[in-house]
Amino acid sequence: MLVFILRRLTQSALALLIMSVLVFVGVFAIGNPIDILINPQADQAEIARATAALGLDQPLWTQYWDFLRNALGGNLGRSFSHNVPAVQLIFERMPATVELALAAMLIAIVLGIPLGLVAGMKPESWFSRTIMAGSILGFSLPTFWVGLMLIMVFSVYLGWLPSTGRGHTTLLLGVPVSFLNWDGLMHLMMPALNLALFKLSLLIRLTRAGTREAMLQDYVKFARAKGLSMRRIVLAHVLKNIMIPIVTVIGLEFGSVIAFSIVTETIFAWPGMGKLLIDSINVLDRPVIVAYVLIIVCMFVIINLAVDLLYSALDPRVRLSAAAT
Amino acid sequence: MRRAPTSARSRTNSGRRHSALHFPLMGRVLALLAFFLAGTASSAELKIALSADITSLDPHYLAAQPNINIGWHVFDALTRVDARARPIPGIATSWRAVDATTWEFRIRKGIRFHDGSELTAADVAFSLERPLSIAGSPGGFASFVRPIVAKEIVDPYTIRLRTAAPYGALPQDLNSILIVSKKAAAHATSEDFNSGRAMIGSGPYRFVRFARGDRVELARFEGHWEAPAAWDKVTFRLLPTDPARTAALLAGDVDVIENVPTADLARLRGNPNYRLAQAVSWRTLFFHLDQYRARPPLVTDKTGRPLAANPFMDVRVRRAISKAINRPALVERVMEGAAVPASNVVSPQIFGHNAELKAEVYDPDGAKKLLAEAGYPDGFGLTVAAPNNRYVNDDQVAQTVAQMLSRIGIRARVETLPLSVYLTKVRDQQFSFAMLGWGSYSADLALRSLLAGVNPAKGYGTWNWGRYSNPRLDRLIEQALATVDEKKREAIAREAGAVVADDVAVIPLYHQIVTWVMKKNIGYTARTDEFTLAHEFRPQ
Repeated sequence: MLVFILRRLTQSALALLIMSVLVFVGVFAIGNPIDILINPQADQAEIARATAALGLDQPLWTQYWDFLRNALGGNLGRSFSHNVPAVQLIFERMPATVELALAAMLIAIVLGIPLGLVAGMKPESWFSRTIMAGSILGFSLPTFWVGLMLIMVFSVYLGWLPSTGRGHTTLLLGVPVSFLNWDGLMHLMMPALNLALFKLSLLIRLTRAGTREAMLQDYVKFARAKGLSMRRIVLAHVLKNIMIPIVTVIGLEFGSVIAFSIVTETIFAWPGMGKLLIDSINVLDRPVIVAYVLIIVCMFVIINLAVDLLYSALDPRVRLSAAAT
Repeated sequence: MRRAPTSARSRTNSGRRHSALHFPLMGRVLALLAFFLAGTASSAELKIALSADITSLDPHYLAAQPNINIGWHVFDALTRVDARARPIPGIATSWRAVDATTWEFRIRKGIRFHDGSELTAADVAFSLERPLSIAGSPGGFASFVRPIVAKEIVDPYTIRLRTAAPYGALPQDLNSILIVSKKAAAHATSEDFNSGRAMIGSGPYRFVRFARGDRVELARFEGHWEAPAAWDKVTFRLLPTDPARTAALLAGDVDVIENVPTADLARLRGNPNYRLAQAVSWRTLFFHLDQYRARPPLVTDKTGRPLAANPFMDVRVRRAISKAINRPALVERVMEGAAVPASNVVSPQIFGHNAELKAEVYDPDGAKKLLAEAGYPDGFGLTVAAPNNRYVNDDQVAQTVAQMLSRIGIRARVETLPLSVYLTKVRDQQFSFAMLGWGSYSADLALRSLLAGVNPAKGYGTWNWGRYSNPRLDRLIEQALATVDEKKREAIAREAGAVVADDVAVIPLYHQIVTWVMKKNIGYTARTDEFTLAHEFRPQ
């Protein structure tokens, strides 16, 4: 177990290093942030001064070496356009994104698994067919379009929900969250639903497929023959057996929801990390881009680790050994 | 937000229940609450949606429009500009050129900062130095104060600024330097401004809260030297996505939106619940043409082989291209009416605009004739380069211009890129026909950056992508900037504009029209510099 975790950590450090090189070189290849950020009235001398002040006049490898030295000391640099440490900037915006992602995953899980179970158990009923048709829509409609439609219907025509923004926040253990008050909750609803739609459809289909397969297995037949209630068969036997792929997907999708909530955040003006990333890419704010990617890599590492640990909890046959990696 | 007063009222009720116990204290608290309630009851809040993100509240860190926009509420500057972008008194009641290289500013007496202290020449001197002391700013305000070589505080209400050479644009430049309180900002970092600790200005609004990426909240400063603003509370929401901004207005979440997408204009104009405010913006769109390389990149004959000479060096070719562009159609169709055809590189209200110049008339036959005279009877091939996320409908404009050029036999390809990639390629000199948009407070300043011969020693021609060079123009620009007499300076700037038009140094397209939409009961005088200033909105 310990060896397993240690090996994971070594691999992660390597992944971080590679990612930092890739992003660093990538942003460098796109261009010079000074071109975008400079005061248009600045003369050539001023441009040169600003370039030198940010160290952008140095060769690429020198810039990377400086970055690496500072990064090992825990300093990922200051944002060019915000003049705030990049990590602070990201952590300031992280609660909003994590809250949105958690809300979306919660919607997806709470609705997706039961609906999937129903659709899997009675695949021919009209209700199941409706669920499946709905899941196709959830898969295929583009997020930005659904988001705009939600705003049009619920904010503009019905006037039930606020169109954009995060609303009131309250502190929970020092972290600002919006789901604890009415105004915040109202603001959270639409973006969370919009973000959840794709994951919801995915979970429905996954659960349905797993259920249909499991229902044909011998142990289900045996349980039936034993006279167990359907309720008990589904909740105690079927669900437990189909959970492993579902947990894997939830884990991976949770990471991707946090990392790629950009579209939803942009449409609903949700002040999360995704919006920060887009803005930073637009002005080539390298410290923020690099820090963002590194933090996301760390997050995926942690989530994957958690998923692996969950496996062994769900299925005692899975052993966490060095060979299992 | 309309819910806020109700909840505050219920709080007073519960307070009253306990008031029997601690009457003296509670009484005072109640009186205070009642005072605030009375204030909020008759209060007015204005919620404005801005179209770009605010990165820093430090007024001297990054010269980006949204940052400056907030700065203008909390701070004042020596000079301001009116809706037509002409300098008007700000903190300074008047200014004059004592001699050719000395400007004297007389500071209004009794101006108070938000902390109650008085604003004096010492604060002004400090603020004029601060932009130079900020390390690591990629696009700060240093350019505006760099010309000042010496400052002299004559008395608390008079300051003299000396420049190395005569510089007539100084009062205009100083409109961009916001005056901070020396006491509050002496050791302040950008973080101190973001948190509000150092956000002590003398502007019409006090800083309340900055939620990064989401909103900025301000409250009226009762002690402002001008008539107090109409709104007690102002909230700026940051809504960079166009449809989201319009939706927020339609849903009633905000009262005003800026930079209305052209696609929504017709719909909002027809809606009786809203009012539009429009002005010709200072932003002018034009194409730079390569005028310095014998073999400009991406310019070929029709089969893709390089040409013998650079066609853009011939003024007839430049004029032919200008004649080939149907500006009224471009404005009407692509910009949905939100632009006016351009003849100058500065828009009509800007200092030094030459009104005698008329936008080139669409004349494809004349254009073909000119091309034939220049030795290109069958046209040639070029690539129209433009950004695709910077100006209103920029990529569509590039597409349309390419189509129009094909009518006179020029085979035009189009390359549009995100601004970051685009600017890098431009700086790398990879294009010969490239779009640029420019907004400036005066024609001579604009021409110095855009079309003066490239000269790093003087700081000329920083954005002269085509390396157009004309000694006569350089002389005029230099002369205009060195003239401290406004009238003479404007006359020279106009002459410079005529030289540019005569030479077709760039291909001017149009001046953008900037639009605000607000609820019917609010009015705004549209500003040519595109700033959205809460204190200039009035209830109607």
